[in-house]
Amino acid sequence: MVEDSIIRETEIAAPPERVWEVLTQAEYVGRWFGADKAEIDLRPGGSFVMTWAEHGVGLARVERVEEPALFSFRWALEPGVEPKPGEETLVEFTLAPQGDGTLLTVVESGFSKLDRPVEKQEWHRERNVDGWRQVLEAVAAHFA
Amino acid sequence: MTTLADPGPVFAALADPTRRSVLTRLATRGAASATALARELPVTRQAVVQHLAVLDTAGLTRAHRHGREVRHEVRSEALTGAARWMTTIAGQWDERLAAIAALAEEPGPPS
Repeated sequence: MVEDSIIRETEIAAPPERVWEVLTQAEYVGRWFGADKAEIDLRPGGSFVMTWAEHGVGLARVERVEEPALFSFRWALEPGVEPKPGEETLVEFTLAPQGDGTLLTVVESGFSKLDRPVEKQEWHRERNVDGWRQVLEAVAAHFA
Repeated sequence: MTTLADPGPVFAALADPTRRSVLTRLATRGAASATALARELPVTRQAVVQHLAVLDTAGLTRAHRHGREVRHEVRSEALTGAARWMTTIAGQWDERLAAIAALAEEPGPPS
């Protein structure tokens, strides 16, 4: 059930242990996020702050830390806003060994829960497997 | 960070399967009244009216009067905006993954 998710993956010619360092150590995080500065308290519930000179401060909260296989955090959509339900999405990295390298997958999910404009109970409702994305594409294509 | 408009209302509106049916139906058959939609879908007219209200608020549909009935039609702007937003976010992750790969593949300092 990933219909409100973005899933991207890449193959990296380095072992998961090395990819884990790049993913989770502040000096690397700032570089791949394109942030001027990153601070990360690497434990569940720890704070994760990225600073951009032009965009402001991005606030996130570390969710899961399972070295070297899984790293996830919740982050707020808007700069300067604390992550909380209605304002946040979940970003989850999984690292799988692949030959001598790593298959790195990122899933960002929870877009339908942003801003909670509709009845709360609908968030938990069973959803169709076909998902809204096909609808989005189909309807958008109809008008293209 | 993205400077695009918050797509939350669009995604939330589309999270409901019945609303997706309503929207798809409107997109393929053209403007229709709640009564006509209720005839084609396994829900009551009252439920259709409520779903249309959510779709309207999200900017996905709009109502206009046609003689004695109110008809609803799809607005494509919010949908294409949301689709573009998803594409932008996916592109940002592609860039970040490429940067992670480049950093991880850099030769390390001599040990």
